[in-house]
Amino acid sequence: MRYIGHLDIMRYFQKCMRKADVDIAYSSGYSPHQIMSFASPLGVGLESGGEYFDIELNSGTSESVKNALNHVMVPGMKIISVRKLEDNVKNAMASIAAAEYTVAVKEEYEDPHTDPSRVGDFLKQDSIIILKQTKKSETEFDIRPHIYSFDYNGQSYRLTVDASSSGNIKPLMAVNEYNRFCNVNVPDKIYRVYREEIYTLKDGKLVSLESMGEEF
Amino acid sequence: MSTVKTALSDEILMTVEKPARYIGNEINSVVKDKNSISVRFAICFPDVYEIGMSHIGIQILYDMLNKYDDVWCERVYSPWVDLDRIMREKSIPLFALESQDPVKDFDFLGITLQYEMCYTNILQVLDLSGIPLLSNERDENCPIVIGGGPCAYNPEPIADFFDIFYIGEGETKYRQLLDIYKEYRDNGRSRYDFLVAAAKIGGMYVPSLYETSYNADGTIKDFKPLRDDIPDVIYKEIVVDMKSADYPTKPVVPFIKCTQDRAVLEIQRGCIRGCRFCQAGELYKPVRERDVDDMKKKALEILRNTGHEEISLSSLSSSDYSKLEELTDYLIEECSKKYVNISLPSLRIDNYALDAFGKVQDIKKSSLTFAPEAGSQHMRDVINKGLTEEDILNGSKMAFERGWNKVKLYFMLGLPGETKEDIEGIAELCDKIARVFFDTVPKEDRKNGPVQITASTSFFIPKPFTAFQWAPMNTKEDFLNKAFITRTAIVSQLNQKRIKYNWHEADVSVMEGIFARGDRKLCKVILEAYKRGCFYDAWGEFYKNDVWMQVFEDMGIDIAFYTTRERELDEIFPWDFIRCGVSKEWLKKEWQKSKKAEVTLNCKTQCSGCGAAIYGTGICIGDGR
Repeated sequence: MRYIGHLDIMRYFQKCMRKADVDIAYSSGYSPHQIMSFASPLGVGLESGGEYFDIELNSGTSESVKNALNHVMVPGMKIISVRKLEDNVKNAMASIAAAEYTVAVKEEYEDPHTDPSRVGDFLKQDSIIILKQTKKSETEFDIRPHIYSFDYNGQSYRLTVDASSSGNIKPLMAVNEYNRFCNVNVPDKIYRVYREEIYTLKDGKLVSLESMGEEF
Repeated sequence: MSTVKTALSDEILMTVEKPARYIGNEINSVVKDKNSISVRFAICFPDVYEIGMSHIGIQILYDMLNKYDDVWCERVYSPWVDLDRIMREKSIPLFALESQDPVKDFDFLGITLQYEMCYTNILQVLDLSGIPLLSNERDENCPIVIGGGPCAYNPEPIADFFDIFYIGEGETKYRQLLDIYKEYRDNGRSRYDFLVAAAKIGGMYVPSLYETSYNADGTIKDFKPLRDDIPDVIYKEIVVDMKSADYPTKPVVPFIKCTQDRAVLEIQRGCIRGCRFCQAGELYKPVRERDVDDMKKKALEILRNTGHEEISLSSLSSSDYSKLEELTDYLIEECSKKYVNISLPSLRIDNYALDAFGKVQDIKKSSLTFAPEAGSQHMRDVINKGLTEEDILNGSKMAFERGWNKVKLYFMLGLPGETKEDIEGIAELCDKIARVFFDTVPKEDRKNGPVQITASTSFFIPKPFTAFQWAPMNTKEDFLNKAFITRTAIVSQLNQKRIKYNWHEADVSVMEGIFARGDRKLCKVILEAYKRGCFYDAWGEFYKNDVWMQVFEDMGIDIAFYTTRERELDEIFPWDFIRCGVSKEWLKKEWQKSKKAEVTLNCKTQCSGCGAAIYGTGICIGDGR
């Protein structure tokens, strides 16, 4: 599934809504479309166990919608939970604060065996400057404030980074900086990136988007 | 982290454009247990995934073959040029989408032949699969390579690459063929023995069991089987009972956007019209309607099983479907409940069609389509296109009154006996339509802007099994000159600013013309062109005209022999051993009538005795009249 682009994933779910006969609301106008929005497009090549999208329903329950959709999913795609958001809650995309990832070396590549003992020193740095390539120029950017947690057990990384619209960073930026910190230089393609969860801020704490809604 | 098996490594999939073309796992794709089936069938459309996935014929056969418990049918498409390069570099064998297993390990490789310009892609598919390109170099470990589809009605230019051609509609004979295959395989019989047995099944042509001899001028002297026990003529196979014929209600739904991104309902096969240039019209005779109640039911089932947001009707001439209004009205009502769009095919423009269009389309955005095919009434009589200037102008007037302002017109250039006046008629007809608009719609009502007319011309290519199979084809220079005459005539019209003109490339049309009426001598040309790097010829950006021209020259093959030469009435054609119902005698009569611009009535109005009645079905026995 990870080779399917975001727009195609959206089209896939639109079809699944019809296939599963989910009573989704449509926009008004000459060509009505389903009211559906995704929290955060997942890049091609990435896998995830924590994706979110908002839909507007006319009827249904958490259980009925989840079951109906899971009945029509292709292998590799599963609906984990369906929750109701209060009307005053921002949509999924607008409310994203952070995302948590697991990063590991793909089977077909050799593990560079980066030293895990330097994580503490890595995080103690006041700033971690990277060069951000834009179309015309390069700019310096400090990713340290955007790394919320960073663990590495010698085999895989587990990290939570900023995913908000204002300061999001890619998980491999942090992993690459750690490698560089340990004098290891490897290309992005050796890593398999798995998004574990997407978070929003509630009372100053990161909580999963799922916990913002309730079963209905 | 769960993984679905892929034949290509992650690194490759992340390198190529649209990796979703190669991973399978789409909604409704069929996965079976390899150990519980007996025959593995790879079905291939030799073009890129998005084109191949849009083809309804493959979906029909995929569905049928997978309903057999002992068969697993999987899909194969031409890898795009980026992956093609990688597969050659790294010696990765071509694989089928569902299991991701190499095609070479399959029992059958079935290739659909929809247009001549995909011939080099057949060689690409065989080559990447590791299957010898020539049938006579394959051994017992190779899949049986079988071709079908419209181009199988003249299989000779690609005869050397196939073990079998299936002539006609695939629904009828596969079961029998697979049973014989199993019997021969399980008894350890040779590939040759199986092919002989296959050649005895209706519709099966095994080219290696036939030989052609030629006259000094290159025309065919004789074509005959090499054995006494196989037939010397091959009758096409057709579905006789279309009313109870199966139709797939769980078509595979691609993840990526395809050419045909909608549910498709095939409402009838064949056509009553008898346009003299049209090959499909003759190949699929007699016209056979599907049952309207069954179609209604299947439409809803397909929508439920696919989740498509649009449905369209498919046939050669939907206006002639006797239950069209009933079906369309039903679909309009059902689909609007479910927010599903209906895409109506190009119907004959009348009050009903305009009403229906008005319900399903935004008039401001949609356009009205006519296919007069020729600019003058004389030429329309020559080609037996029963569409008059009056029909077009009246239809336009009705549409303009309802708010339409866009009209699309399709024509052909290079039709037999065409004069300058016939060509200029294209421009005049466009101008008359513009005049109708300005006469019909008062200035204050032109809120969508003035009329916009788009005229497109393609170049006429004579095809086998048509009245024009004897006709000379124009040269590239003739074609381009005619496009120039059309353009000049359009810019000299009063309303020229309201008319946009598009024309096709001429190089590819010439090439298509060579293969359409080609013979076995062309096999070596196609093979050589492929070896020199030609493939994806149907794609303008990859078509290498200079390479092709050089190959013809190097092989000593005269292009004019296939294109501009007028065939004698008694010439033996490479496809004469195939019987499609419509007789050569009747086609000859049609050819002669065309020269006198005499029209032939359609099958509903009056039977013209074409010969298709031997199949005893459809309109020939009064169905749908």
